[in-house]
Amino acid sequence: MRPVRIVGGRVLDPATGLDAVADVRVRGGRVAAIAPALEPLADEEVLDARGCIVAPGFVDLHCHLGDGEEGDGETLASLAAAAAAGGFTTVCCLGGVAPGLDRGAVLALRVRAADLPVRLLPIGRLTRGGDGAELAELGELAEAGVVAFADARPLRSSRLLRHALAYSTMLGRPVVDHAVDPELAEGGLAHEGAVATHLGLPGIPAAAEEIGVGRAIALARLTGGRLHLAHLSAAEAVELVRAARAAGVRVTAEVAAHHLLLTEEVVARGPGGHPYDPSTKLDPPLRTAADAAALRAALAEGVIDAVVSDHRPQRPAAKACEYAYAAPGASALETTLAVLMELVATGALSLTAAVRALTSGPASVFGLPAGRLAVGELADLVIFDPDARWTVDPSRFRSRAQSTPLAGRTLHGRVLATLVGGAIVHREGI
Amino acid sequence: MSTPATPTLTDLEHTAQPAGQGVPAPLPVAPPAPESGWPGRQHVLDLDDFSAAEIEYVLATADAMKEVLRRPIKHAPALRGVTVVTLFYEVSTRTRVSFELAAKHLGADVVNITATASSVMKGESLLDTAHTLRALGADILVMRHSEAGAPYLVAEHVACRVINAGDGWHAHPTQALLDLYTVRERLGRIAGLRVVIVGDILHSRVARSAIWGFLRLGAAVTLCGPPTLLPAGALPWPVEVSYDLDRALAGADVVMALRLQRERQRAGLLPSLAEYVRRYGLTRERLARACPDALVMHPGPMNEGVEIMPEVAYGAQSVIADQVTNGVAVRMALLYLLGRHAA
Repeated sequence: MRPVRIVGGRVLDPATGLDAVADVRVRGGRVAAIAPALEPLADEEVLDARGCIVAPGFVDLHCHLGDGEEGDGETLASLAAAAAAGGFTTVCCLGGVAPGLDRGAVLALRVRAADLPVRLLPIGRLTRGGDGAELAELGELAEAGVVAFADARPLRSSRLLRHALAYSTMLGRPVVDHAVDPELAEGGLAHEGAVATHLGLPGIPAAAEEIGVGRAIALARLTGGRLHLAHLSAAEAVELVRAARAAGVRVTAEVAAHHLLLTEEVVARGPGGHPYDPSTKLDPPLRTAADAAALRAALAEGVIDAVVSDHRPQRPAAKACEYAYAAPGASALETTLAVLMELVATGALSLTAAVRALTSGPASVFGLPAGRLAVGELADLVIFDPDARWTVDPSRFRSRAQSTPLAGRTLHGRVLATLVGGAIVHREGI
Repeated sequence: MSTPATPTLTDLEHTAQPAGQGVPAPLPVAPPAPESGWPGRQHVLDLDDFSAAEIEYVLATADAMKEVLRRPIKHAPALRGVTVVTLFYEVSTRTRVSFELAAKHLGADVVNITATASSVMKGESLLDTAHTLRALGADILVMRHSEAGAPYLVAEHVACRVINAGDGWHAHPTQALLDLYTVRERLGRIAGLRVVIVGDILHSRVARSAIWGFLRLGAAVTLCGPPTLLPAGALPWPVEVSYDLDRALAGADVVMALRLQRERQRAGLLPSLAEYVRRYGLTRERLARACPDALVMHPGPMNEGVEIMPEVAYGAQSVIADQVTNGVAVRMALLYLLGRHAA
């Protein structure tokens, strides 16, 4: 592997407070030096990062595998390539289908991930068979190398969530709760509000998430367990997290990038200008402008720790149908940074807060050795131009999943290069 | 697509001429139309994107169609050579028959398809079906579907005209247009009227489309029902909301009762049918609170004795039968306006 010298970028690492224009030398898979005007070496790769940001590689806490690789499904290779193109160097993966990752799937993923350009880490399932009735073998999963426990479906039983939080405390891995009241959300297709009423779509009230988050927080307090809340979408839920953290409950939270920028209005006027575009069907649903503003404020404040892609690859047929029958989720790995840079460009978020939410924020939630840029650390890096404007064209995604509510939108922020362990795994326009 | 020309008498006569002996007379009256009456519209999916002028144009065209319906031979073959397919994913009698008759009165070829849930289970998607029908020659697809937005999917992806004959809780634009037509026919105007829609607003596509139509033409609309059957939270329309039917009816010019599905009680939305009837059933005594010549409407099929009492449904103020008759004229108007350049 040739050494790499990254020249003239603004080196930004919220974890260490580093923010300076400097060169970065990568050798032997690690960061060898950070200093202005490093000397050239023989046989080195040079990346001209002038005008760009050099940051720790991004860490994604919430990425779904596809439902299988046959036919037009997302493959691990296409998912990893999409992650690299999006600046992600570490991606925590949930199973693509309901049962989630059992021990066999976890081990298989670890074997296959060894050959992939980015680090794919498994999230083990929380209940046996993913059916929400009994705990999965959490200890065994922890030994197999999972970074957290989660089911693909919301957990109905409060008793089981209590036991999961209690049991996992001895394993040092958080329980990820898709916090929503399943009964209130059942059958819902969009945020319950004026847009859903106009379109005649059954609503999912914000209270469904508020109840789920409230229940999970109460149980985290009761058990002392480590709770991580998946993809918040409602302002009411953010308030509960803020209060819980102030009270010392061990709870962390994430938000999917889409929910920071987009609102229910997108459901009324999808990417093509038509209502009911299945690309706008997400779980949780896109909510109001006030919700998006509350999520942005919580992120800036640190009440929300991480921004996640919530990449959820679906086959084309699963999105070429009636809104009610369409599978929820979007292809998101390649647009997550641009959503954040769009918010930075409009002044809604600081650049440092945005980078923290993709690096040290998520890394600390799952206790991962990632998200830092310092001499001696693994050279997982990203170089991006925060000001580059580009128009989202899903047909150019590396991901085989091409459904996104952002199609056709012009956003700021483009990844130019991604390095994993010192190897350049993505390079475009630099 | 270019803006279609305003239809004229000559237009219609010309279309009606070709087939030789026994050809019925053309439409006796050409619909009067403002320039902006029908700006290149290819689909009728909801009334939310109809201007007042477009609605007026449809109603004026329906007047001409009603003339045809008064003849001994109800036939004006302006759509000869046009193929209309009714594609119903939900059981319906009156709407489907109404469209079928409307298309036949205009000389179109009509094919009726009832798609059952099983054809969906077999893996034939809505788009597969619609593309196939288009390839078979369908010019106009009349669609009924249990899920909101299904006609939009077809309109966006398949190259034929789409008329929404009801999609989930979302819209039933032809029902709303026939309601407007009926009210205007009886009361001479829509603007300034007070319209009360009572019942299960939350799950009603009839209510949603009627709200857009009445508001667009200048009526004031009050929605009335128990809180569990009204949409929660902010509403997309400037309407009044009332839980009290007696109060809502004061001064009403039009009262539209909606069908109550009995499963609402099982879903926990209502304590009992009896309590619903007591509070929201349209009785003669209640109706007396409205204006003396207030119209009583119902989209059918009725649950007599539940949302509406028989003496009201068949009373002097009821226009429920007119709604059904006018439905044919309004659907003829829409098929004509969409189909005249389609063949």
